[in-house]
Amino acid sequence: MSTLTPVSRTPVSFYVPVVALAGALAGLLIGAAQGSSLLGIVAGALLMSGCAFAITQLIEAERSSRWGLTALLAVGGLVLGGLAAALIGAVFGWVFGWFIFWLFEGRYRAYVPLYLTPGQVLWHHSFRVICGAILVFLITPILVVMPLSFNAQDFFTFTPEMLRFDPAGYSLKHYEDFFTNSDWQGALANSVKIAPAATFLSVAFGTLAAIGLSQAHVPFRRAIMAILISPMIVPLIISAAGMYFFYSRIGLQGTYTGVVLAHAALGIPFVIITVTATLVGFDNSLTRAAANMGAGPVTTFFRVQMPLILPGVISGGLFAFITSFDEVVVVLFVGSAGQKTLPWQMFTGLREQISPTILAVATILVIISVALLTVVELLRRRSERLRGMSPG
Amino acid sequence: MTRASDPTGPMMAADGTPLKTSLNRALRRQKLRALALIAPLLIFILVTFIAPIADMLFRSVENQIVSDTLPRTTEQLAEWDGDSGEIPAPEVFKALYTDIFIAQERKLHTRLGSRLNYELTGVSSLFRKSGRRVEDMGEVYQDQFEDLNDFWKDAETWNALMGSDAWLAAQTKWDGKSDVPQPQFELREEIAGVLPQTAATFEIFADFVQNEDDDNLAKEDPWALVYSALYDDLIAEPDLSGYAGPGSAELLEAMAAASTFETVDYPAAFEKIDKDWHDIEVWQTIQTYSPDFTSGYFLNAVDMKKSPDGAEMRPENEQIYIKLFVRTLIMSLVITGSCILLGYPVAWLLANLPARTANLLMILVLLPFWTSLLVRTSAWKVMLQQQGVVNDTLVWLGLVADDSRLALINNQTGTIIAMTHILLPFMILPLYSVMKTIPPSYLRAAKSLGATNWTAFWRVYFPQSVPGIGAGSILVFILAIGYYITPELVGGTTGTFISNRIAYHISSSLNWGLAAALGAILLALVLGLYWAYDKIVGIDNVKLGG
Repeated sequence: MSTLTPVSRTPVSFYVPVVALAGALAGLLIGAAQGSSLLGIVAGALLMSGCAFAITQLIEAERSSRWGLTALLAVGGLVLGGLAAALIGAVFGWVFGWFIFWLFEGRYRAYVPLYLTPGQVLWHHSFRVICGAILVFLITPILVVMPLSFNAQDFFTFTPEMLRFDPAGYSLKHYEDFFTNSDWQGALANSVKIAPAATFLSVAFGTLAAIGLSQAHVPFRRAIMAILISPMIVPLIISAAGMYFFYSRIGLQGTYTGVVLAHAALGIPFVIITVTATLVGFDNSLTRAAANMGAGPVTTFFRVQMPLILPGVISGGLFAFITSFDEVVVVLFVGSAGQKTLPWQMFTGLREQISPTILAVATILVIISVALLTVVELLRRRSERLRGMSPG
Repeated sequence: MTRASDPTGPMMAADGTPLKTSLNRALRRQKLRALALIAPLLIFILVTFIAPIADMLFRSVENQIVSDTLPRTTEQLAEWDGDSGEIPAPEVFKALYTDIFIAQERKLHTRLGSRLNYELTGVSSLFRKSGRRVEDMGEVYQDQFEDLNDFWKDAETWNALMGSDAWLAAQTKWDGKSDVPQPQFELREEIAGVLPQTAATFEIFADFVQNEDDDNLAKEDPWALVYSALYDDLIAEPDLSGYAGPGSAELLEAMAAASTFETVDYPAAFEKIDKDWHDIEVWQTIQTYSPDFTSGYFLNAVDMKKSPDGAEMRPENEQIYIKLFVRTLIMSLVITGSCILLGYPVAWLLANLPARTANLLMILVLLPFWTSLLVRTSAWKVMLQQQGVVNDTLVWLGLVADDSRLALINNQTGTIIAMTHILLPFMILPLYSVMKTIPPSYLRAAKSLGATNWTAFWRVYFPQSVPGIGAGSILVFILAIGYYITPELVGGTTGTFISNRIAYHISSSLNWGLAAALGAILLALVLGLYWAYDKIVGIDNVKLGG
């Protein structure tokens, strides 16, 4: 994005007090942690305003002074509080270096319209800080779980060793436990057995039905759609209760078949939604052209229609897979101890004897979901390209 | 083709049929093909999903257990007037004796007791106690018959008296070990005429021994209940002259002696077991729940109960469900509200940033959306603990003293924080897709016409984003009120939802009817919201992360 406003350097009377304010805030955090907030505020404000003045007015070389500030604060941290403090100091130094020149060079105005008042510019940037905080809130739990899973202790918080980056504070023992403990391995095996079977059922039935639903003339289309989508809408606990009652009547409660059928039902709405969305852009003259050239309905389906809607089918299948792989409420009721899945094992672990192995499992699951997310995103782009909905 | 171009007749298709018919047939074929494609899935969903839901709804009104377990009592009790203030007639107690005797042999009385205990506390122990001691009543007669003649002591002589000759021969031959099934008991024809009650009771006994207990009938002494029935038959002085089968002499002797027997006063005997049997309320409860279908579970689910004068509220200290429903609704509203508050700015930012940056930030929204629910819940459980990361950070910063760490988990705060985080993507995604369609030029136009930032936002931008807020809110709200896992794990006792109560009734208290009724109410609520969602957004427009 090109700049909207020509930038010019700002006066000392503007940026030094602002940097001092930011320095005071940072000083408050560090000071509070060390036991004296007031000292922190004063020292932070003085140190930062001094640095700001020095590197902008006396040194003036941006690149070297930013690195210099980073190094300075890192060394300061190292002297005061060891390796972890050095890292924090370096981060602070880098951020402040960037912040000082951002203000000094007037870059903060570059991407906002020329006519904004200073108050509006301030709001523009505060708004982004707020949004950033919310995004951090969204991502924090995942970011916290990952490092904690390498904890050498059986604690759920960062130990002093971990904060000092002492290698003794880290270990793979929770992962080792996951891969050797028979409870966890049994649960993993069950999950791996149930989810693909359920996914296969959902995809096979769902794709056929989605093709049927996307035809021009379907009687009771709305009613049928409502029924097919209902497993996604009905609260899981109600589905679970109903299935528990009904499946125990017909002898499916506590069997693999029961769990697979239940999970397939839960995954179907996702397949229907993604595949019908793919079929919206499907050009029906292609099937007619295929028929015209002598292809039977089966050949047409597999050689013409299927390759075009395949991305939608696969991402629907991934949704169905993740639904089954993550599902715990229904399996808790429909399954018995023999069908204990990974989420079930996590659930009991969290409710009864919480063990840090859960964090290792959680990390592995996060990595799996990142991989799946990437696949779905790539497929979506490919599908749009195939259907000519987006360039490139 | 010549006929098709005839201007006077109907338009014809190539094969000579009228075009209209031909088109109709093609349309019908198309419809059938579409339905044929949908049918497998529709049947699948109907069997695996809709049928269970229907079954649950049925269970919320089903109530056959009382009339199944106490068939004679409920029949007799139908004539009793619950408002009279008097305990039922002795015949009812006698029927109760028979019913409980059979029920305790089949181990069904405790189940009935716990069923009725939902309605009236204390009934469970009443039935358990009665089941243990009901045999004493029959033994009064059993002892007297056995003292009178050793003939009455033996399984062998009883079988000879009650069973047909053919069956008796088959039963004596059966060795009890081979794979041949036990010969089914067959009643001696003459005996049913002279001793109707004894015959009926003995048949129940024989059926129970042979089919439910899988024991050898030839070796089982009859229940005390059979002796009571025999006494009742003999005291009526049946005409035994026509009977000449085995035991006819003993029967005559017993009939003569029966008038001198010590008798059992059933109402008094039951009062001796537990004086609650002379409590009108117990009988009213049994009478109220005699029918096969009941609205009792639904009344229970809204803190009401059935009484002889119709439905009434339960006493203040027993009212929990309305409170729980209200709490679920309020907490879901709070969660929806915080999702709007947090989701709106982020959606706005994503919709107004250049595509490349927006896509990058979108990953931060989609990653939690794709992460396992349990992973996120466990993360919050770990972070919000007393010794968790959040409290540790606050203590480190000096914002909270070490000895007064915040209670962030196992209460409503925990549920609200964790669920807001979990449901936030469901708010951001619909908001984003709506905001993406609002042209940014509108805001600029408003501003160039002199509107302040706030006016331009509030009068121009906000109204256009309302559909997104509506869609996101209903989605989040629907998901929130039915949530089970997260409140269960981080909600403690004060932060749980109605769904946790449903799960409790299914797996712990085993009050399935109440669980089904609570579920039905929750389902109605959700379907109402779903209908509203369909009206506002359209179910076809549900999008997943794209």
